[in-house]
Amino acid sequence: MEMFFSLLDSTVRVATPLVLAALAGMFSERSGVVDISLEGKMLAAAFASAAAAYVTHNPWIGLLAGMMAAVSLAMVHAFVSVTYNGNQLISGMAINTIASGITPVLALAWFQQGGNTPQLPDEGRFHEIALPFADALRDVPVVGLVYSKLISGHSILVYITAFIVIPLVAWVLYRTRFGLRLRAVGENPHAADTAGISVARVRYTALFWGGMLCGMAGTYLSVYQTGSFIKEMTAGKGFLALAALIFGKWRPVPAVIGCLLFAFADAIQIRLEGVALPVVGQIPSQAIAVIPYVLTVLLLAGFVGRALAPKAIGVPFVKSR
Amino acid sequence: MKFGQPSTLPRWAQLTILPALNLLAALLVTGLVTWMIGEDPWECLKLLISGAFGYGEGIGYTLFYTTSYIFAGLAVATAFHAGLFNIGGEGQAYLAGLGVTLVMLGFDHTLPPYVLIPLAMLAAMGFGAAWAYIPAYLQAKRGSHIVVTTIMFNFIAYSLMLYLISHQLIEAGSQNPTTRLFAENGWIPQVHEVFTSLPSSPLNLSFVFALLAAGLFYLIVWHSRWGFTLRTVGTNEHAAGYAGMSVSRVIIVAMCVSGALAGLASVNDLLGSSHRMNVLFTNGVGFVGIAVALMGRNHPVGIVLSALLFGALTQGGSDLSFEKPMITREMILFIQGLIILFCGALENLFEPFIAGLFKRKDK
Repeated sequence: MEMFFSLLDSTVRVATPLVLAALAGMFSERSGVVDISLEGKMLAAAFASAAAAYVTHNPWIGLLAGMMAAVSLAMVHAFVSVTYNGNQLISGMAINTIASGITPVLALAWFQQGGNTPQLPDEGRFHEIALPFADALRDVPVVGLVYSKLISGHSILVYITAFIVIPLVAWVLYRTRFGLRLRAVGENPHAADTAGISVARVRYTALFWGGMLCGMAGTYLSVYQTGSFIKEMTAGKGFLALAALIFGKWRPVPAVIGCLLFAFADAIQIRLEGVALPVVGQIPSQAIAVIPYVLTVLLLAGFVGRALAPKAIGVPFVKSR
Repeated sequence: MKFGQPSTLPRWAQLTILPALNLLAALLVTGLVTWMIGEDPWECLKLLISGAFGYGEGIGYTLFYTTSYIFAGLAVATAFHAGLFNIGGEGQAYLAGLGVTLVMLGFDHTLPPYVLIPLAMLAAMGFGAAWAYIPAYLQAKRGSHIVVTTIMFNFIAYSLMLYLISHQLIEAGSQNPTTRLFAENGWIPQVHEVFTSLPSSPLNLSFVFALLAAGLFYLIVWHSRWGFTLRTVGTNEHAAGYAGMSVSRVIIVAMCVSGALAGLASVNDLLGSSHRMNVLFTNGVGFVGIAVALMGRNHPVGIVLSALLFGALTQGGSDLSFEKPMITREMILFIQGLIILFCGALENLFEPFIAGLFKRKDK
C-alpha cells in the first residue's frame, strides 16, 4: 500500500512538467501551428529560471525569467509561422537546436561550472509544501495515506498546475470566446477570417500562452526538481509531452491522462530496475522508456483509434484574395 | 513589408545572395553572443578558420566531417524533393551502424576487405532504409505524419541501440558500452595511408563515395524519370496522383533512399575512423544533415558546399574550444540552429530588401 502510493506520488512529480508542456503544445497546435519546439522552450526556460533564481535568490523571479525566455522563443516561432508563413517544422527544429546550443554557452560564461548553473541556495528554490494536518492524518487508513503521501508535500507549481492550470485551460478552450476562436482558426482559418477573426492575432496569442506554460515547465525542472540547471536536462521531455498531446488527441483532459500514464510507466521503470519478474524475467529499462513513443506511432497509424489533429495544422494561413 | 511571398529575384540571385545573407545574419547573431560572453568575435572567427583550413591535419578532419555531412544532407534533400521532412536521419544512421557492426562482428576475420567493406556498406544502407521504411509506410498508407513518426523513431532507435550495445554487443569484460575493435580487414583505407606525404587524419575513401553520391544525386533527381516523378510528387501530390503516378510508392522509395544515404554517414565514421561502435556515435549527424540540406537548398552543389562549411565549423570549433575554454562545442550547435532558422525557416527573409535593389536597377 505504502509502496503503491509512493509510486503514484512520483507519477505526479514526473507528470507535472509533461502536463504543462503538453497543454502549451495544445494551445499552439489547436490554433494550427505545429509545435515541435516544446523541448527547446522548456530547456531555455530551465536555464533562464535557474540563472535568475540563483542571482536574485528568489524562485518567483526565476519563474518570471523562465517564462520570458520561453515566450521570446515562442515569439520567434510565431514570427516564422504567422507573419512570415515559413515552415513551422523547420522553425521548431531551429529553436530546439538554438536552445540546446546557447544554454550551456551562457551557463559556462556566467557561472563557470561546465555549462551547468551552481546549486541554488535554499531560499532560491521552490520547496515542498506540507499541507495542514498532513502529519496528523498520516495514520488514518487510506484517506490518511492519500492525503499525506499523495496530495501533500509537493511544490507550489504542482498545485498551480493541478488545481488552476488544467481546469483553466480546459475552460478557456471550450467555454470562452477566445477558445472558440482558437479552435475555429485551427480547423478552418479561412472561415474564421471571413467571420472577422484575426487569424494572426489568435495564433500569436496561442503561442504566447504556450510559451508561458513551457516557461513554467522548465522552471519546475531546474528551480524545483534538481535545484540547478543541467546541460540538456529536458532530455526529450518536450517530445514526450508532444506524444502525450497526440495520445490525448489534442484534448486537455485526455492529454493530461496521457502524461500521467507516461509518468506512471517511468515511475514503475525506476522501481523495476534490476528486479527479476516471474515469467518475463528482468525487463530492460529501455523497453519501458520506449513505450510512449511506440504508442504514439501506433496511434498515429490508426491502430489504436484515430488521431484527430486540428485540420489546418502546419499550414501557413494566407488570406484569400 | 510582405514576408513569405514567392521570390521574384532571378534564380542565380536566389541561390547565391539570399543564402549568403542568411549565413551572414547567423554569423552576426553568433558574433553578438560571442561578444556578450566577453570574447572577441573577430579573433574567434580567425581561430575557427585557421583551425579548419590552416594546417594539413585540420583540413583532413574538416573533410572527414564533410563526408558524413554530405551523406546526411543528401539524405534530407532526397526526402525534401518528395515533399517530406525527414527528421529521422539520426535514428536511421544509428540503426545503419547496427548493420555495419553485425557484418563486422560476424565476418571481419573471415572475408577479404574487397568483399567485407561493400557488404558492410550494403548492410548500412539496408538497415538505414529499413528504419526509414516504417515511417514512410505509415505516412503513405496510413496517413500518419512523417515528421512526428520520424521523431518518435529517433527515440525508439536510441533506446533500442542503447539496449543492444550495453547488453548484447558489448565487448566481453568491458565496462564501457562499446563493441570490440573491428579487424583491420574492415577498415576503409585512410587517405594518409595511401598518400603518405599527407598528415594523418581520419579522412578516408568515403569522401570519394560522398562526392560520387552527390553526382549521382544530381543525375537521378534532375535527369531521370524517377527524379521527375519525385519532384512532381514533392511539388503537388494531388497533381502527381492525377497524372497517374503512384504517390505512396514514391514516398516510400524516397524515404528508403533517404535512410540508406543517412546510413552511409555512419560507414564513414565506423569503418573510416573509430573502427568500433559506441553509444551515440552518430553525434547529431542526422540533425546537421537538415541544416546542410536547407542551406544548400537541396541541390548537390549547395549541399557539398554547405557540408564543407559545417565540416569546417565542427573541426574549427573543436580547435577553437581548445584555445578559448569559454567557447565550447555547443557554440557550434548554436550556430547550426541559427543557420537552420535563417536558411530554412526564413529562407527569403531578406528578399524584399534585395528585390527593391533589383527593381531599381531595371529602370
